[in-house]
Amino acid sequence: MSKSITAKDLNVYYGDFLAVEGVNVEIAARSVTAFIGPSGCGKTTFLRTLNRMHEVLPGARVEGQLLLDQDDIYGPGVDPVTVRAMVGMVFQRPNPFPTMSIRENVLAGYKLNGARLSRSQSDDIAESALRGANLWEEVKDRLDQPGSGLSGGQQQRLCIARTIAVKPDVILMDEPCSALDPISTLAIEDLIAELKEQFTVVIVTHNMQQAARVSEKTAFFNIAGTGKPGKLIEYDDTATIFNNPSNEQTERYVSGKFG
Amino acid sequence: MTTTSEPKTTDKRTNTLVSSDKAGAAVDRGFAALAKFAGIFILIILAFVALFLSWNSGGALYQEDEGLIIGRFLNYAWPFALGTVVVAVLALVMSAPVAIGVALYISHYAPPRASKTIGYIIDLLAAIPSVVYGAWGMFVLAPAMVPLYRWLNQWLYTWPQENLGFGIPLFAGSPGLGQNIFTASVVLAVMVLPIISSVCREIFIQTPKLHEEAALALGATRWEMIKMAVFPFARAGVISGIMLGLGRALGETMAVVMVVSGLGFQWSIISAGNSTIPREIALNFGETAPNSERWHQLIALGLVLFIITLIVNMIARWIVSRHKEFSGAN
Repeated sequence: MSKSITAKDLNVYYGDFLAVEGVNVEIAARSVTAFIGPSGCGKTTFLRTLNRMHEVLPGARVEGQLLLDQDDIYGPGVDPVTVRAMVGMVFQRPNPFPTMSIRENVLAGYKLNGARLSRSQSDDIAESALRGANLWEEVKDRLDQPGSGLSGGQQQRLCIARTIAVKPDVILMDEPCSALDPISTLAIEDLIAELKEQFTVVIVTHNMQQAARVSEKTAFFNIAGTGKPGKLIEYDDTATIFNNPSNEQTERYVSGKFG
Repeated sequence: MTTTSEPKTTDKRTNTLVSSDKAGAAVDRGFAALAKFAGIFILIILAFVALFLSWNSGGALYQEDEGLIIGRFLNYAWPFALGTVVVAVLALVMSAPVAIGVALYISHYAPPRASKTIGYIIDLLAAIPSVVYGAWGMFVLAPAMVPLYRWLNQWLYTWPQENLGFGIPLFAGSPGLGQNIFTASVVLAVMVLPIISSVCREIFIQTPKLHEEAALALGATRWEMIKMAVFPFARAGVISGIMLGLGRALGETMAVVMVVSGLGFQWSIISAGNSTIPREIALNFGETAPNSERWHQLIALGLVLFIITLIVNMIARWIVSRHKEFSGAN
């Protein structure tokens, strides 16, 4: 299961403040797309509109269309809870539930669906999700230990395991490596390459080399100044964005002349 | 700063790293001493209270002409101890779920402006003097509760008594004016509500956004998010809030004195009778001669209350520490 995402003239508001303006983008299924750009340019805001997580802030709303395959995520009668079950998210800092064991963390999404699993079924799900997150070998002997006892990189992979356990269509990653050391970062990047076999992956990153390494397509966001809305400047194949961008702002950003 | 890096010509070079800010260091040490003193002072007061109670309880357990009279004291004390615990537990059973609900509404459901107002009003409940609660319980709540007591008496005592041969003794007897320990526990429930709810509210608000969002991103509804992220995080805080409320309920005197018309011990909680330790002490202490056996008995009752409170607190500590590994502190 993997679905494409299409945004059409998407505006994101916080109250009266226009945070992101006029985004048009088509993200193919089973691909990795990276969002890059300077801080405050709206890339994280846009990412969070993809599973309606930005709505946790009061006053946040969206204009325009956002389609998951053909279904409008913001259509009337759509429950954000349903959207979030299909569009999973991995956060900037690893956030396993501190009171749950490693196993319980992986199965947390299943518990929400109210699924009654037999012991062997839940063992299978936990194992395949942890294998999918390249964490199984490291934790298979201590599944009942608290998830917060793992290292940062392991915790982040546990969060990825938790996300893929419920088999979402899309996985959003909000700077998933920014709190990790280079070795752990490499492990996550390898994992992303495997994840795209099954899922649509969208990743926000501040690290341009990372975007170049993991993604097939890259979107560059920029902001004209404080208080101005963020805009999607250029969206193209990653190789084109980094080697031969058509926009001057993109060129200046990827070559390190600003940002 | 007077430190210089120029080489000194004298043999005795002064170490430039030695702090010249003598005054600042002194203030720092002074503050440390003050904090230490405050901590020790509390322990000293507690020790003196415990000593006073234990020392003066002796006369209730041993009299020179009669020897050990522990049996007599226990006979006298147990109905009050039981009454105190029953009233406090009933009050908590009624108040804790409501308080947690109110706290959750304020922290996670209400729009920001409404939540401030509601929080303020709840805190105001804590500012009402207990005499006022007592008067309200006596004149308003007690008569209003009588129909409920009649119903409970009818269906849980009289009817089963006649048809099954056994009625629940908790609901025996005539409710009279409704001035019983059940009414008292309802009054206490209202009194401890603001304490529990404000502690819970503070702790609910502190739930890390990261954990809340982790639950939401998995497709949790708001209630599921609260069960997954808020409650586990707040567990210890909620228990301490309830313990604070319990402390208040165990020790509350005036409201209980006014609401309960005690006629000695009985198993029924809906007819007049029963008493609590603070009520017994408050009603009788002024009329007993110092150092008489009665006087010693009342102080020993106080010691019993002290011990009950200690035990309750220890149980709470134990509950809080049971899952330390999973508490999120690491």
